[in-house]
Amino acid sequence: MTATTEINKIINEDNLVYKKTNLLLDNEMHYCPGCTHGVIHKVIAEVIDEMDIQNETIGVSPVGCSVLAYNYIDIDWQEAAHGRAPALATATSRLMPEKYVFTYQGDGDLASIGCAEIIHACNRGENIVVFFVNNAIYGMTGGQMAPTTLEGQVTATTPYGRNTALNGHTMKITEMIALLPGTRYVTRQSAETPAAVRKLKKAVRKAFENTTEKKGLSFIEIVGTCSSGWKLTPTQSNEWMKENMFPFYQLGTLKDE
Amino acid sequence: MKTNKIFISGDEAAAYGVKLCRPHVIAAYPITPQTITVERLSEMVEKGEMDGEYMHVESEHSAISVCMGASSVGARTFTASSSQGLLYMAEGLHYASGGRYPIVMMNANRSVALPWSIYGDHRDSLSLLDCGWIQVYVEDAQEALDMMIQAYRIAEHKDVLTPMMVNLDGFILTHTYELVEIPDQQKVDEFLPAFVTPNKMSFEEPKNLAFSSKPDDNTEFKYQQNQAVLKSIDVIKEVDQEFEATFGRKYHDMVEEYRCEDAEVVLVAIGSVCGTVRVVVDKLREEGMKVGLLKIRFMRPFPEQEVKDLAKRVKAIGVIDKDISFGYEGTVYTNVNSAISKVENYVYKSNFIGGLGGRDITKAEIEDMFHKLYAGLDKSREEKVEFFSLNVETNE
Ligand SMILES: Cc1ncc(C[n+]2csc(CCOP(=O)(O)OP(=O)(O)O)c2C)c(N)n1
Repeated sequence: MTATTEINKIINEDNLVYKKTNLLLDNEMHYCPGCTHGVIHKVIAEVIDEMDIQNETIGVSPVGCSVLAYNYIDIDWQEAAHGRAPALATATSRLMPEKYVFTYQGDGDLASIGCAEIIHACNRGENIVVFFVNNAIYGMTGGQMAPTTLEGQVTATTPYGRNTALNGHTMKITEMIALLPGTRYVTRQSAETPAAVRKLKKAVRKAFENTTEKKGLSFIEIVGTCSSGWKLTPTQSNEWMKENMFPFYQLGTLKDE
Repeated sequence: MKTNKIFISGDEAAAYGVKLCRPHVIAAYPITPQTITVERLSEMVEKGEMDGEYMHVESEHSAISVCMGASSVGARTFTASSSQGLLYMAEGLHYASGGRYPIVMMNANRSVALPWSIYGDHRDSLSLLDCGWIQVYVEDAQEALDMMIQAYRIAEHKDVLTPMMVNLDGFILTHTYELVEIPDQQKVDEFLPAFVTPNKMSFEEPKNLAFSSKPDDNTEFKYQQNQAVLKSIDVIKEVDQEFEATFGRKYHDMVEEYRCEDAEVVLVAIGSVCGTVRVVVDKLREEGMKVGLLKIRFMRPFPEQEVKDLAKRVKAIGVIDKDISFGYEGTVYTNVNSAISKVENYVYKSNFIGGLGGRDITKAEIEDMFHKLYAGLDKSREEKVEFFSLNVETNE
């Protein structure tokens, strides 16, 4: 028996243990090796698929590396100006209250230029889900300092490390958001290990179920990596995230009402 | 004479130019293709090569407000942006010009969403032509550097006190490398004295800056602001002459004519595409065609006199626009046309719109434009506004 026929025997439906969800399109992703966006996309796509809400879900993409998310997850998308996704999502969800509306935003988009929009959407308690991908940097523009950049962290605009006296303190926006009465579920997750990805998936499911129950705003921060921006290899990036980001951005649920 | 030339990108050249001007405050929010400029500047500040302060702000809207705050206490200030960022700043741009704060900005020309695009055209800055800023468009990295130095002289002139935007074509200029001469710091210090302004907060002369106005005085404010921008025409000329005497390079003030002396047919353009037009002009000249280029440098104030002078001498003028004012024509064309209408002789005119969202404008396309202008001369082509090299069905 040749190797090929042997393989063909193995590749059959009965032996299937893992399958990419159909919601994740076959387009080649533009994300850099080691980037967390791809894994997060996969988790979101799987949950939408499993809840069978593909035709009822609208994503609002940010300006940032994930601006092209519409190429990867097969649902309806619209694109907001930098930081404005929560405002767009507010209108869409209010006019189509039966739909699942979510925003997907980076830390530059959400915590910097879009800080006002997110605070007000949370405060109003819009019935949407917010995915907040925190890689402590502006990834798309080439790794400049963000409000979420850690003290001492080297970036393209803080070549000797972030000096909090000059550049302000590192912002824990998720903690701020948890204080607002409009938010019902606020959690900080990662996608660092398979176990973390499974936990993240549970959180994503819970958030979309909150939409079903019209509970208000669910906010999921995902602490992620940016190998290109951090100038580290994917493995080094994971290590750096564990050593530096996890102690500061502690994983766990801040609010679940 | 010993010169200090280094191989750098247009963004870096702008950063070097700014550094030589010793601004006290730089405030910016990153956006492609401006990022390298602000990264270099933040590095220069952190390394202690510059005395100024670099402020990391949360948006462009804050960047321009920081610059106004700094300028209002007499600080020399710089910001840089592009496209969406420039538009997000728009409210502050009007504030800054109305408040007569001579802020200097580098704008990396980039298309405007939607559709979202990071690539170059002139739709960002041209849509803000009326925000009261002086606007210059450069053709190469050296001009970008030199114009930073000239910009502070022009903007801070006591009769002008108007902010100025130096425009560089995104990617074509910002991200390509050239040999650029870095002027001597001492010479720059002599050329550009410290910023002094009557328009600042001061305990000796207490005053309110940035106030409200009523219908009975608003027109007067705007009249004075317009006079100041018009006045900058003389200042631009003076500064360019002095710049040549000090640094040996000149940029021909408001416009540069290239082989227009005896030209019959001339193309008008702004920014980096002028480089390509020059090459085509040389080629067609060799073939015996009397063609030329008018490079418009300043879009505000507008070189009305220079365009009129040219219109009196030529038979046809074509205008390349990397922008479109929807429902009418290209903005450069509208402005050029308005000047041409003030001369008595007839000039055949046409508008060529293209190069949007980063599409290259090729030598062949430019050659074709010249031929179309000639066709206009023998009446085989009407005057028109044409989107060139369209890949879509038109029913015109
Ligand atoms: C008004 C405006 N300002 C600036 C930009 C440039 N810009 C594009 S993406 C981005 C930051 C992206 O960082 P982040 O939100 O953290 O997402 P990431 O790319 O890291 O996923 C910036 C500043 C823009 N597009 N619009």
